[in-house]
Amino acid sequence: MLHSIMNFISLWALPLILLLILTMGLVKKVPLYEVFTDGAKEGFSVSINIIPYLVAIIVAISMLRASGIIEMAGEFLAPVLAHFNTPADVIPIMLVRSLSGSAALGIFSDIAHNLGPDNYATTLAAVMVGSSETTFYVLAVYFGAVGISKLRYALIVGLIADLVGIILAITVCNFMFA
Amino acid sequence: MNYIFYLLIVVSIIAGAINGKLNDVVNAILSGAELSVKVAFSLIGIMAFWLGMMKIAEKCGLIAIIAKIIKPITKFLFNEIPEDSPAIGDIAMSFSANAFGLTNAATPIGIKAMEELQRQNVDKSSASNAMCVFLAMNTAGFQLIPATVIAVLIGVGYKNPTAIIAPTLLVTSVTFVFAILLAKLFQRFWVPQNRKEAE
Repeated sequence: MLHSIMNFISLWALPLILLLILTMGLVKKVPLYEVFTDGAKEGFSVSINIIPYLVAIIVAISMLRASGIIEMAGEFLAPVLAHFNTPADVIPIMLVRSLSGSAALGIFSDIAHNLGPDNYATTLAAVMVGSSETTFYVLAVYFGAVGISKLRYALIVGLIADLVGIILAITVCNFMFA
Repeated sequence: MNYIFYLLIVVSIIAGAINGKLNDVVNAILSGAELSVKVAFSLIGIMAFWLGMMKIAEKCGLIAIIAKIIKPITKFLFNEIPEDSPAIGDIAMSFSANAFGLTNAATPIGIKAMEELQRQNVDKSSASNAMCVFLAMNTAGFQLIPATVIAVLIGVGYKNPTAIIAPTLLVTSVTFVFAILLAKLFQRFWVPQNRKEAE
Protein backbone atom coordinates (compact mmCIF):
# COMPACT_ATOMS: atom_id res chain seq x y z
CA MET A 1 0.00 0.00 0.00
CA LEU A 2 2.63 2.49 1.13
CA HIS A 3 4.84 1.23 -1.63
CA SER A 4 2.30 1.99 -4.35
CA ILE A 5 1.56 5.45 -2.93
CA MET A 6 5.28 6.10 -2.98
CA ASN A 7 5.61 5.00 -6.58
CA PHE A 8 2.64 7.12 -7.52
CA ILE A 9 4.12 10.23 -5.95
CA SER A 10 7.54 9.82 -7.51
CA LEU A 11 5.99 9.13 -10.91
CA TRP A 12 3.52 12.03 -10.89
CA ALA A 13 5.25 14.81 -8.91
CA LEU A 14 7.19 16.14 -11.87
CA PRO A 15 4.49 15.86 -14.57
CA LEU A 16 1.98 17.56 -12.26
CA ILE A 17 4.32 20.49 -11.60
CA LEU A 18 4.84 20.93 -15.35
CA LEU A 19 1.08 20.75 -16.03
CA LEU A 20 0.41 23.30 -13.31
CA ILE A 21 3.03 25.79 -14.54
CA LEU A 22 2.08 25.51 -18.22
CA THR A 23 -1.70 25.55 -17.70
CA MET A 24 -1.53 28.54 -15.42
CA GLY A 25 0.79 30.28 -17.88
CA LEU A 26 -1.68 29.65 -20.71
CA VAL A 27 -4.66 30.87 -18.68
CA LYS A 28 -2.79 34.04 -17.72
CA LYS A 29 -1.90 34.53 -21.41
CA VAL A 30 1.86 34.29 -20.85
CA PRO A 31 3.69 33.75 -24.18
CA LEU A 32 4.92 30.31 -23.09
CA TYR A 33 7.51 29.60 -25.74
CA GLU A 34 9.16 33.02 -25.68
CA VAL A 35 9.29 33.21 -21.91
CA PHE A 36 10.61 29.65 -21.64
CA THR A 37 13.46 30.19 -24.10
CA ASP A 38 14.24 33.54 -22.54
CA GLY A 39 14.64 31.94 -19.11
CA ALA A 40 16.48 28.92 -20.50
CA LYS A 41 19.18 31.14 -21.99
CA GLU A 42 20.68 31.57 -18.55
CA GLY A 43 21.19 27.82 -18.18
CA PHE A 44 24.45 27.88 -20.08
CA SER A 45 26.11 30.80 -18.33
CA VAL A 46 25.06 29.61 -14.87
CA SER A 47 26.49 26.12 -15.51
CA ILE A 48 29.75 27.50 -16.87
CA ASN A 49 30.08 30.00 -14.02
CA ILE A 50 30.11 27.28 -11.39
CA ILE A 51 33.06 25.42 -12.97
CA PRO A 52 35.83 27.21 -10.98
CA TYR A 53 34.00 26.56 -7.70
CA LEU A 54 33.33 22.94 -8.62
CA VAL A 55 36.96 22.37 -9.63
CA ALA A 56 38.19 23.76 -6.31
CA ILE A 57 35.89 21.57 -4.23
CA ILE A 58 35.77 18.39 -6.31
CA VAL A 59 39.55 18.26 -6.88
CA ALA A 60 40.27 18.85 -3.17
CA ILE A 61 37.78 16.15 -2.18
CA SER A 62 39.06 13.69 -4.79
CA MET A 63 42.57 14.20 -3.42
CA LEU A 64 41.36 13.68 0.13
CA ARG A 65 39.58 10.46 -0.79
CA ALA A 66 42.60 9.15 -2.69
CA SER A 67 44.94 9.90 0.22
CA GLY A 68 43.56 7.05 2.33
CA ILE A 69 42.77 9.32 5.26
CA ILE A 70 39.15 8.19 5.30
CA GLU A 71 40.27 4.61 5.91
CA MET A 72 42.65 5.87 8.62
CA ALA A 73 39.84 7.78 10.34
CA GLY A 74 37.62 4.72 9.98
CA GLU A 75 40.11 2.51 11.82
CA PHE A 76 40.39 5.12 14.53
CA LEU A 77 36.61 5.43 14.93
CA ALA A 78 35.71 1.73 14.73
CA PRO A 79 36.39 0.82 18.40
CA VAL A 80 34.57 3.94 19.63
CA LEU A 81 31.50 3.35 17.51
CA ALA A 82 31.41 -0.34 18.38
CA HIS A 83 30.18 0.79 21.80
CA PHE A 84 27.12 2.25 20.12
CA ASN A 85 26.32 -0.93 18.21
CA THR A 86 27.53 0.60 14.97
CA PRO A 87 29.14 -1.84 12.53
CA ALA A 88 32.52 -0.79 11.11
CA ASP A 89 31.18 -1.28 7.56
CA VAL A 90 29.02 1.82 7.92
CA ILE A 91 31.82 4.15 9.06
CA PRO A 92 33.04 5.06 5.55
CA ILE A 93 29.51 6.28 4.75
CA MET A 94 29.53 8.62 7.75
CA LEU A 95 32.88 10.04 6.71
CA VAL A 96 32.11 10.41 3.04
CA ARG A 97 28.49 11.47 2.85
CA SER A 98 29.14 15.19 3.28
CA LEU A 99 31.87 15.03 0.64
CA SER A 100 30.48 12.90 -2.16
CA GLY A 101 26.93 11.69 -2.67
CA SER A 102 27.82 9.18 -5.37
CA ALA A 103 30.58 7.69 -3.18
CA ALA A 104 28.18 7.32 -0.23
CA LEU A 105 25.61 5.64 -2.45
CA GLY A 106 28.31 3.36 -3.89
CA ILE A 107 29.47 2.24 -0.44
CA PHE A 108 25.86 1.66 0.58
CA SER A 109 25.29 -0.51 -2.52
CA ASP A 110 28.39 -2.54 -1.66
CA ILE A 111 27.18 -3.09 1.90
CA ALA A 112 23.71 -4.08 0.73
CA HIS A 113 25.08 -6.55 -1.82
CA ASN A 114 27.87 -8.03 0.31
CA LEU A 115 26.19 -8.24 3.71
CA GLY A 116 22.70 -8.89 2.41
CA PRO A 117 19.25 -7.56 3.25
CA ASP A 118 19.05 -9.05 6.74
CA ASN A 119 22.17 -7.40 8.10
CA TYR A 120 21.72 -4.48 10.49
CA ALA A 121 24.51 -2.60 8.67
CA THR A 122 22.39 -2.53 5.52
CA THR A 123 19.49 -0.85 7.31
CA LEU A 124 21.66 1.65 9.13
CA ALA A 125 23.53 2.49 5.94
CA ALA A 126 20.21 2.96 4.10
CA VAL A 127 18.93 5.43 6.68
CA MET A 128 22.23 7.29 6.74
CA VAL A 129 22.44 7.66 2.98
CA GLY A 130 18.72 8.43 2.63
CA SER A 131 18.88 11.26 5.15
CA SER A 132 21.99 12.94 3.81
CA GLU A 133 22.86 15.61 1.32
CA THR A 134 26.33 16.30 -0.08
CA THR A 135 27.05 19.44 1.92
CA PHE A 136 30.29 20.41 0.14
CA TYR A 137 28.79 19.97 -3.31
CA VAL A 138 25.64 21.95 -2.48
CA LEU A 139 27.70 24.81 -1.08
CA ALA A 140 30.06 24.85 -4.08
CA VAL A 141 27.23 24.84 -6.62
CA TYR A 142 24.87 27.30 -4.93
CA PHE A 143 27.46 29.82 -3.81
CA GLY A 144 29.47 29.31 -7.00
CA ALA A 145 26.45 30.13 -9.16
CA VAL A 146 26.26 33.64 -7.70
CA GLY A 147 30.02 34.13 -7.29
CA ILE A 148 30.20 34.08 -3.51
CA SER A 149 33.53 33.02 -2.01
CA LYS A 150 33.02 34.04 1.64
CA LEU A 151 30.69 31.41 3.02
CA ARG A 152 30.65 32.79 6.59
CA TYR A 153 29.02 30.17 8.85
CA ALA A 154 27.23 28.21 6.10
CA LEU A 155 29.73 25.32 6.01
CA ILE A 156 29.96 24.99 9.78
CA VAL A 157 26.17 24.84 10.08
CA GLY A 158 26.05 22.21 7.32
CA LEU A 159 28.72 20.05 8.93
CA ILE A 160 27.29 20.26 12.45
CA ALA A 161 23.88 19.32 11.03
CA ASP A 162 25.48 16.37 9.21
CA LEU A 163 27.04 15.19 12.47
CA VAL A 164 23.70 15.49 14.27
CA GLY A 165 22.11 13.54 11.42
CA ILE A 166 24.62 10.71 11.84
CA ILE A 167 24.09 10.53 15.60
CA LEU A 168 20.32 10.56 15.11
CA ALA A 169 20.47 7.84 12.45
CA ILE A 170 22.46 5.60 14.80
CA THR A 171 20.08 6.29 17.69
CA VAL A 172 16.88 5.81 15.70
CA CYS A 173 18.11 2.61 14.01
CA ASN A 174 19.32 1.17 17.30
CA PHE A 175 15.90 1.81 18.74
CA MET A 176 13.87 0.51 15.80
CA PHE A 177 15.89 -2.26 14.17
CA ALA A 178 18.72 -3.53 16.36
CA MET B 1 36.78 28.79 2.86
CA ASN B 2 40.45 29.73 2.41
CA TYR B 3 41.50 27.59 5.36
CA ILE B 4 39.26 24.70 4.39
CA PHE B 5 40.60 24.65 0.86
CA TYR B 6 44.16 24.78 2.19
CA LEU B 7 43.48 22.15 4.82
CA LEU B 8 41.81 19.69 2.42
CA ILE B 9 44.77 19.75 0.05
CA VAL B 10 47.55 19.77 2.68
CA VAL B 11 45.94 16.94 4.64
CA SER B 12 45.52 14.95 1.41
CA ILE B 13 49.20 15.32 0.55
CA ILE B 14 50.43 14.46 4.05
CA ALA B 15 48.07 11.50 4.47
CA GLY B 16 48.88 10.36 0.94
CA ALA B 17 52.58 10.42 1.78
CA ILE B 18 52.05 8.47 5.02
CA ASN B 19 49.91 5.86 3.28
CA GLY B 20 52.21 5.63 0.27
CA LYS B 21 49.34 6.81 -1.92
CA LEU B 22 50.89 10.03 -3.15
CA ASN B 23 50.60 8.85 -6.71
CA ASP B 24 46.84 8.30 -6.30
CA VAL B 25 46.51 11.76 -4.78
CA VAL B 26 48.23 13.34 -7.76
CA ASN B 27 46.09 11.37 -10.20
CA ALA B 28 43.00 12.48 -8.30
CA ILE B 29 43.73 16.06 -9.36
CA LEU B 30 43.18 15.19 -12.99
CA SER B 31 40.16 12.98 -12.42
CA GLY B 32 38.61 15.52 -10.04
CA ALA B 33 39.09 18.37 -12.51
CA GLU B 34 37.56 16.28 -15.28
CA LEU B 35 34.64 15.31 -13.07
CA SER B 36 33.95 18.98 -12.21
CA VAL B 37 33.62 19.93 -15.85
CA LYS B 38 31.50 16.84 -16.52
CA VAL B 39 29.16 17.78 -13.67
CA ALA B 40 28.89 21.38 -14.87
CA PHE B 41 28.25 20.36 -18.49
CA SER B 42 25.68 17.77 -17.51
CA LEU B 43 23.83 20.56 -15.71
CA ILE B 44 23.53 22.86 -18.74
CA GLY B 45 20.52 21.21 -20.38
CA ILE B 46 18.46 20.53 -17.30
CA MET B 47 19.40 23.93 -15.89
CA ALA B 48 18.14 25.62 -19.07
CA PHE B 49 14.91 23.60 -18.94
CA TRP B 50 14.03 24.44 -15.36
CA LEU B 51 15.11 28.05 -15.57
CA GLY B 52 12.76 28.34 -18.57
CA MET B 53 9.90 26.70 -16.68
CA MET B 54 10.52 28.83 -13.62
CA LYS B 55 10.36 31.95 -15.75
CA ILE B 56 6.87 30.93 -16.88
CA ALA B 57 5.92 30.12 -13.28
CA GLU B 58 7.10 33.56 -12.26
CA LYS B 59 5.38 35.43 -15.11
CA CYS B 60 2.00 33.77 -14.55
CA GLY B 61 2.05 34.55 -10.84
CA LEU B 62 2.39 30.98 -9.58
CA ILE B 63 5.57 31.77 -7.63
CA ALA B 64 3.85 34.72 -5.97
CA ILE B 65 0.92 32.50 -4.92
CA ILE B 66 3.25 29.91 -3.40
CA ALA B 67 5.17 32.66 -1.64
CA LYS B 68 1.92 33.97 -0.15
CA ILE B 69 0.91 30.54 1.15
CA ILE B 70 4.13 29.98 3.05
CA LYS B 71 4.50 33.59 4.20
CA PRO B 72 4.14 32.87 7.95
CA ILE B 73 7.18 30.58 7.85
CA THR B 74 9.34 32.59 5.49
CA LYS B 75 8.69 35.78 7.44
CA PHE B 76 10.61 34.24 10.30
CA LEU B 77 13.26 32.46 8.24
CA PHE B 78 14.04 35.22 5.77
CA ASN B 79 13.13 38.35 7.69
CA GLU B 80 15.74 40.37 5.78
CA ILE B 81 14.16 39.63 2.41
CA PRO B 82 11.19 41.77 1.25
CA GLU B 83 7.95 39.81 1.30
CA ASP B 84 7.21 40.38 -2.37
CA SER B 85 10.65 39.23 -3.56
CA PRO B 86 10.53 36.34 -6.05
CA ALA B 87 13.23 34.74 -3.90
CA ILE B 88 10.59 33.55 -1.42
CA GLY B 89 8.59 31.71 -4.06
CA ASP B 90 11.75 30.25 -5.58
CA ILE B 91 12.88 28.98 -2.19
CA ALA B 92 9.50 27.34 -1.66
CA MET B 93 9.64 25.70 -5.11
CA SER B 94 13.20 24.50 -4.53
CA PHE B 95 12.26 23.07 -1.16
CA SER B 96 9.27 21.22 -2.64
CA ALA B 97 11.37 19.82 -5.49
CA ASN B 98 13.91 18.55 -2.94
CA ALA B 99 11.20 17.10 -0.72
CA PHE B 100 9.80 15.10 -3.64
CA GLY B 101 13.27 13.91 -4.61
CA LEU B 102 13.32 15.85 -7.88
CA THR B 103 17.03 16.64 -7.60
CA ASN B 104 17.31 17.56 -11.28
CA ALA B 105 14.74 20.29 -10.81
CA ALA B 106 15.78 21.29 -7.31
CA THR B 107 19.30 22.39 -8.23
CA PRO B 108 18.37 24.84 -11.03
CA ILE B 109 15.47 26.23 -9.01
CA GLY B 110 17.71 26.56 -5.95
CA ILE B 111 20.28 28.43 -8.01
CA LYS B 112 17.58 30.78 -9.24
CA ALA B 113 16.62 31.40 -5.61
CA MET B 114 20.27 32.18 -4.85
CA GLU B 115 20.33 34.72 -7.70
CA GLU B 116 17.27 36.45 -6.25
CA LEU B 117 18.86 36.45 -2.79
CA GLN B 118 22.05 37.87 -4.28
CA ARG B 119 20.03 40.87 -5.55
CA GLN B 120 19.20 41.73 -1.93
CA ASN B 121 22.72 41.08 -0.71
CA VAL B 122 24.76 44.05 0.49
CA ASP B 123 28.19 42.50 -0.05
CA LYS B 124 28.17 40.51 -3.28
CA SER B 125 31.20 38.38 -2.40
CA SER B 126 29.96 37.29 1.02
CA ALA B 127 27.02 35.06 1.97
CA SER B 128 24.00 36.90 3.39
CA ASN B 129 22.09 35.63 6.42
CA ALA B 130 19.21 34.62 4.18
CA MET B 131 21.56 32.60 1.97
CA CYS B 132 22.98 30.79 4.97
CA VAL B 133 19.48 29.81 6.10
CA PHE B 134 18.60 28.65 2.60
CA LEU B 135 21.80 26.61 2.37
CA ALA B 136 21.11 25.11 5.79
CA MET B 137 17.74 23.98 4.42
CA ASN B 138 19.48 22.40 1.46
CA THR B 139 22.46 20.74 3.10
CA ALA B 140 20.16 19.04 5.62
CA GLY B 141 18.80 17.06 2.67
CA PHE B 142 15.14 16.95 3.60
CA GLN B 143 13.36 14.40 1.43
CA LEU B 144 10.00 12.69 1.88
CA ILE B 145 10.98 9.44 0.18
CA PRO B 146 14.59 8.31 -0.31
CA ALA B 147 13.80 6.70 -3.68
CA THR B 148 17.36 5.79 -4.74
CA VAL B 149 18.12 4.06 -1.46
CA ILE B 150 14.86 2.12 -1.59
CA ALA B 151 15.66 1.03 -5.15
CA VAL B 152 18.96 -0.46 -3.95
CA LEU B 153 17.19 -2.22 -1.05
CA ILE B 154 14.63 -3.71 -3.43
CA GLY B 155 17.51 -4.82 -5.65
CA VAL B 156 19.04 -6.95 -2.89
CA GLY B 157 15.69 -8.40 -1.77
CA TYR B 158 15.19 -6.39 1.41
CA LYS B 159 12.03 -7.68 3.08
CA ASN B 160 10.23 -4.42 3.68
CA PRO B 161 12.08 -1.57 1.95
CA THR B 162 9.47 1.04 2.86
CA ALA B 163 10.23 0.41 6.55
CA ILE B 164 13.19 2.76 6.26
CA ILE B 165 11.02 5.70 5.16
CA ALA B 166 9.80 6.58 8.66
CA PRO B 167 13.23 6.53 10.40
CA THR B 168 14.83 8.38 7.49
CA LEU B 169 12.12 11.02 7.54
CA LEU B 170 12.47 11.41 11.28
CA VAL B 171 16.25 11.87 11.08
CA THR B 172 16.11 14.25 8.14
CA SER B 173 13.25 16.36 9.61
CA VAL B 174 15.02 16.84 12.91
CA THR B 175 18.29 17.64 11.13
CA PHE B 176 16.45 20.08 8.88
CA VAL B 177 14.90 22.03 11.75
CA PHE B 178 18.15 21.87 13.70
CA ALA B 179 20.20 23.23 10.78
CA ILE B 180 17.82 26.17 10.29
CA LEU B 181 17.80 27.05 13.99
CA LEU B 182 21.57 26.77 14.08
CA ALA B 183 21.88 29.14 11.12
CA LYS B 184 19.50 31.59 12.80
CA LEU B 185 21.52 31.34 16.02
CA PHE B 186 24.88 31.84 14.29
CA GLN B 187 23.73 34.95 12.47
CA ARG B 188 23.31 36.65 15.82
CA PHE B 189 26.93 36.52 16.86
CA TRP B 190 28.87 35.82 13.68
CA VAL B 191 30.90 38.74 12.32
CA PRO B 192 28.28 40.69 10.39
CA GLN B 193 28.66 41.43 6.71
CA ASN B 194 30.14 44.71 5.66
CA ARG B 195 27.12 47.01 5.88
CA LYS B 196 28.74 50.11 4.39
CA GLU B 197 27.24 49.61 0.96
CA ALA B 198 23.75 49.30 2.39
CA GLU B 199 23.83 52.74 3.93
